[in-house]
Amino acid sequence: MTAPDIEDLLRELTPQVLGALVRRHGRFEGCEDAVQEAVLAATVQWPAEGVPNHPRGWLATVASRRLIDQMRSDHARREREAATATEAAPAEVPDTDDTLVLLFLCCHPTLTAASQTALTLRAVGGLTTAEIARAFLVPEATMAARISRAKQRIKAAGSTFTLPGGVELEDRLRVVLHVLYLIFNEGYTASSGSRLHRADLAHEAIRLTRTVHAQLPEDGEVTGLLALMLLIHARRTARTTASGDLVPLDEQDRTKWDRALIEEGIELVKAALAGPALGPYPLQAAIAATHADAATAEETNWPQVHALYLILERIAPNPMVTLNRAIALAETEGPQAGLALLSTVDGDDRMAGHHRLLSVRAHLLEKTGEAAGAYEHYRRAAKATASIAERRYLESRAGRVRP
Amino acid sequence: MKFLISLHINPAVLDALTDEEKAAIGDGHSKLIEALKESGELINTLALVDPSQAAVVSVGNGQPVVTDGPFLESKEFLGGFYLIDCENKERAVELAARIPDAAIEGLGVEVRQVMFADGQLEA
Repeated sequence: MTAPDIEDLLRELTPQVLGALVRRHGRFEGCEDAVQEAVLAATVQWPAEGVPNHPRGWLATVASRRLIDQMRSDHARREREAATATEAAPAEVPDTDDTLVLLFLCCHPTLTAASQTALTLRAVGGLTTAEIARAFLVPEATMAARISRAKQRIKAAGSTFTLPGGVELEDRLRVVLHVLYLIFNEGYTASSGSRLHRADLAHEAIRLTRTVHAQLPEDGEVTGLLALMLLIHARRTARTTASGDLVPLDEQDRTKWDRALIEEGIELVKAALAGPALGPYPLQAAIAATHADAATAEETNWPQVHALYLILERIAPNPMVTLNRAIALAETEGPQAGLALLSTVDGDDRMAGHHRLLSVRAHLLEKTGEAAGAYEHYRRAAKATASIAERRYLESRAGRVRP
Repeated sequence: MKFLISLHINPAVLDALTDEEKAAIGDGHSKLIEALKESGELINTLALVDPSQAAVVSVGNGQPVVTDGPFLESKEFLGGFYLIDCENKERAVELAARIPDAAIEGLGVEVRQVMFADGQLEA
């Protein structure tokens, strides 16, 4: 096996081994440290000495030993307990995949989204603290403190290692999906800094979402989120120029879109839409699929996009959804209709001075021929964004319409 | 999201404080730094020497000219900063409000999101 293959294998096995250990010993915090050490040992030993016949058992054994060492040094009086654990340490861990339970634990509601994200990537994604720190462009010490605090909080919350039931399962799953989507977006919208590491985040989010989907294939939201990620990810090479400038959807070279990902995404959208309840992710995926279906921007089925946004607006009202619907409405009924709809979100605090609202208004003003207004709004939008690539794009649009 | 919280000091205002008040400022900063380290929100913090120790560099006709002292005839100067990584702007403002300088008339605390960062981040 080559080093990248070993890396893939370790990412797949990490949550399984961690799940088995937590199930056996409880104490998530200690188990997580022990598994990280076992994974590090494997990354050093396996490329040199070859992958063991039972890699999962190997990891479980090494991690168990580390955990017991740790327990011994923690409290001398626990030695007896540790000895019992040694005897019971399994050569081969039980054949259940606890990835989902782990995800639920890492996305514990007492944690902030930033901590949920970091802990998920480390415990379920199998990334090292250094890798996560690099991906989020913070020093390793900052990320280490965040992860350690997240583990302490989970311990303090006293949560058990089981899947919650009923309504709680739904609520927790929603948090998990949100965290996976945050990870994906962090990788996808990266406009500066270390590009490569961030693309890894998008891959990792897709991989983890695939895992959840494999365990909950009937869940429409999970299916919808996976479809959405694949359909957006399919555009990645067309989204920026060689020099890193943003290319808007209507100007992208669609031959660069990844057809295999699009086909897979569309199949998943169909499956998600066939389900009983229609949630936000399948709807957003259906919108992305409608764009993916059009060979050129002109051929986009805008009435369908608008109808989908209308449903989305009803089930999950949000000014950003209304803003997106305004773009679709402008395509079907003209820019004035779009501008009229935009004015309905002006009073919303979440949108005041938001660069998306400013830039969409600028686009629509440009289409109506109001160059001065478009110029003014492009300039304000450029000032309001925190992304250098976006600012460059908006400034160039402003330059084009300068009266 | 990353934010730079910059501390705008006025040496005259600082000089007028009592020793106890000065000690309280130092104490407040220490406590905040500890809390930010524990929460994993601190990236870096720096304090700068008195503005009278600054050198102003300008280049004219290819020749650098260095003059002593601060840049402008201004009352407030950059005294230091916190570079943090936190959930959102509301949280950054909440943290900034915990900086002792924010409670002193004549000193300023400014919060701005970071747009680009490079340098210390690669291992």
